[in-house]
Amino acid sequence: MWDYSETVKEHFYNPRNVGAVEGGNAVGDVGSLTCGDALRLTLKVNPETEIIEDAGFQTFGCGSAIASSSALTEIIKGKTLEEALAVSNQDIADFLDGLPPEKMHCSVMGREALQAAIANYRGEEWKDDHEEGALICKCFAIEEPLIVETIRANKLSTVQDVANYTKAGAGCSSCHEKIEEILARELEARGETFQPGAGRPDLVLEKRTVPKKSKPLPVKPSLPAAAVHAPAAAKKPGKPKLTLVQRIQKIEKAIEALRPTLQADRGDVELIDVKDKTVFVRMTGACTDCQMAGLTLNGLQQKIMEELGEFVQVIPMSQRQLEEAGL
Amino acid sequence: MSGKGVYLDNNATTQVAPEVLEAMLPYFTEQFGNPSSIHQFGNQVGRAISKARRQVQTLLGAEFDSEIVFTSCGTESDSTAIHSAIKAQPERTTIITTAVEHPAILSVCEQLDKDGYTIIRLGVDKKGRLDLDEYKSRLDDDVALVSVMWANNETGTIFPVIEMAEMAHEAGIMFHTDAVQAVGKIPLDLKSTKIDMLSLSGHKLHAPKGVGALYLRRGTRFRPLMRGGHQERGRRAGTENAASIIGLGVAAELAMNRIEEENTKVRALRDRLEKGILSNNTHCFVTGDPDNRLPNTCNIAFEFIEGEAILMMLNKRGIAASSGSACTSGSLEPSHVMRAMDIPFTAAHGTTRFSLSCYNTQEEVDRVIAELPAIIQRLRELSPYWAKEGPVENPDKAFQPTYA
Repeated sequence: MWDYSETVKEHFYNPRNVGAVEGGNAVGDVGSLTCGDALRLTLKVNPETEIIEDAGFQTFGCGSAIASSSALTEIIKGKTLEEALAVSNQDIADFLDGLPPEKMHCSVMGREALQAAIANYRGEEWKDDHEEGALICKCFAIEEPLIVETIRANKLSTVQDVANYTKAGAGCSSCHEKIEEILARELEARGETFQPGAGRPDLVLEKRTVPKKSKPLPVKPSLPAAAVHAPAAAKKPGKPKLTLVQRIQKIEKAIEALRPTLQADRGDVELIDVKDKTVFVRMTGACTDCQMAGLTLNGLQQKIMEELGEFVQVIPMSQRQLEEAGL
Repeated sequence: MSGKGVYLDNNATTQVAPEVLEAMLPYFTEQFGNPSSIHQFGNQVGRAISKARRQVQTLLGAEFDSEIVFTSCGTESDSTAIHSAIKAQPERTTIITTAVEHPAILSVCEQLDKDGYTIIRLGVDKKGRLDLDEYKSRLDDDVALVSVMWANNETGTIFPVIEMAEMAHEAGIMFHTDAVQAVGKIPLDLKSTKIDMLSLSGHKLHAPKGVGALYLRRGTRFRPLMRGGHQERGRRAGTENAASIIGLGVAAELAMNRIEEENTKVRALRDRLEKGILSNNTHCFVTGDPDNRLPNTCNIAFEFIEGEAILMMLNKRGIAASSGSACTSGSLEPSHVMRAMDIPFTAAHGTTRFSLSCYNTQEEVDRVIAELPAIIQRLRELSPYWAKEGPVENPDKAFQPTYA
């Protein structure tokens, strides 16, 4: 079963504020198709102060839906409507010490019930602006509609683009097949053809014809030609050999170029050592345990290779490894 | 039963029988040889595998022991069967299956659909039954394979595969059945049928996980999924998972000996559980075809509450079951089996499957009957579809949430 936090379990087994509130004057009914969950939130709002004096919930749903509902009522009691509207689904998830990625929509449902109830109190009509769909990227809890929307809005055409814009696929990379399928569909819709290696100078693809989907060829399904991994900037003959200092200078230059991007995300990278074709670095700040670290390193390696005009491998060193090495 | 828990999730997996474990252990230690080797270390393992093959043959009622191909699991057997059928008959591009198959079949078919194959997914009625007239009308020369499960994993509903295999045979079409849930629970005699291929999984019948088998009728045109060494007569390359295969053999023999117990003692326990639950709880009903199903399975839909919540509450009391709710799988919708049977949304999410084995006792069953009402009542108190004594009037109208 799910790896629920103790707080989630506690709020599921002993939910707070169950049922409709006596003398309630605001109701929000919302549902999430993703889980078939549905939630009714009732509030008792003081008309003078607009403070939520009481909140109650009724939920048809799974463990985390019930826990999210319970958490929501606890968070908003005593808040003014304005303060309550500032509560995000992440706040609900944080209150519960986190939710599994597949269950983040339960917290979204909680926030939506709150918005619906406040709209109901104010005599407004609440419209849901959040579209739900299949969960594609488990690392960052990114659903299909967001990916599709972003591809369309920015005319994205590669898995790398999707990762850069939405973070989907930037973690463990298991969802790349699904992202490729979405890309193929979207590119076809705008009259283009999806090319797996596009935008990746390190991937040299053999020329091949893409089999037409309309006429099946079950006899001999043509397999995609294997992508040949060959660095574009392979060592060119006749080029003068760089000294170690020259190489380090060029490596530092590549790191410098990437640094502003990393620092914008509160991370950084530091050059530790260079041995033959291996470049040792230390990731610091937010980079340390970022799921995107692998991606960052690939980008860095690519940059360094372009600078040096030769193949190198960038290896991150952990704090422990550095200490063991006496650094 | 191990520990203090009550394990009623035997359609998910079963405990390894002590006799099975005991038979396996020497093959991790002194009997470590490669069965293909000529020397004494390998030779004895090879003989033990031959015995296991005969034990599985007996359980299935297969005519020859060479019709048994050991694999790594039910899923591998299913994939092998489908891919073999289309590869051996490239001129045929249609596959007939049902809407309620296991993902081991449906996902493969979905992929083949994308590759240009025609997939016919036969629908079911509200009790989960197929329309054989419709089936017959779809049998034509373009069909490479019919793949229909023997018994459904969620409801236990049994399909008339023997009759369907006859019909396919008459039309000159290959027939495969995913019998992962049926093997060991109902008597089989494949030699008297027209079934060409059958998948089974070890861990559903008290063998360990990671071993399965494909029954392949002699003469059936076949193309291996994995090529390599000559193991399994070249039909499934890769060094044999010797200990597990030997365990599967013992499990098959045990299942053969227990098939009557399964259909008397286990069936009676299941019936007692079902009757107890239905009479102690309101607004719940059995899904599938109660008159024609596996002896160990009972699937009950509890209306107006959600399955994962039920399972968590049961789990807290040491009771293990499973659910067709979307939440338990992390998928978008409730179980495709429930949807195919047109079970209403508010009930499909509350479907709970109890699946027994010969290791369950009456005491355990009575404990579940006694514990369940408080859980159901508690969750209904939380539900917006429920008033104090029963469902709100016109539940669908009284509570109409804005769906995202």
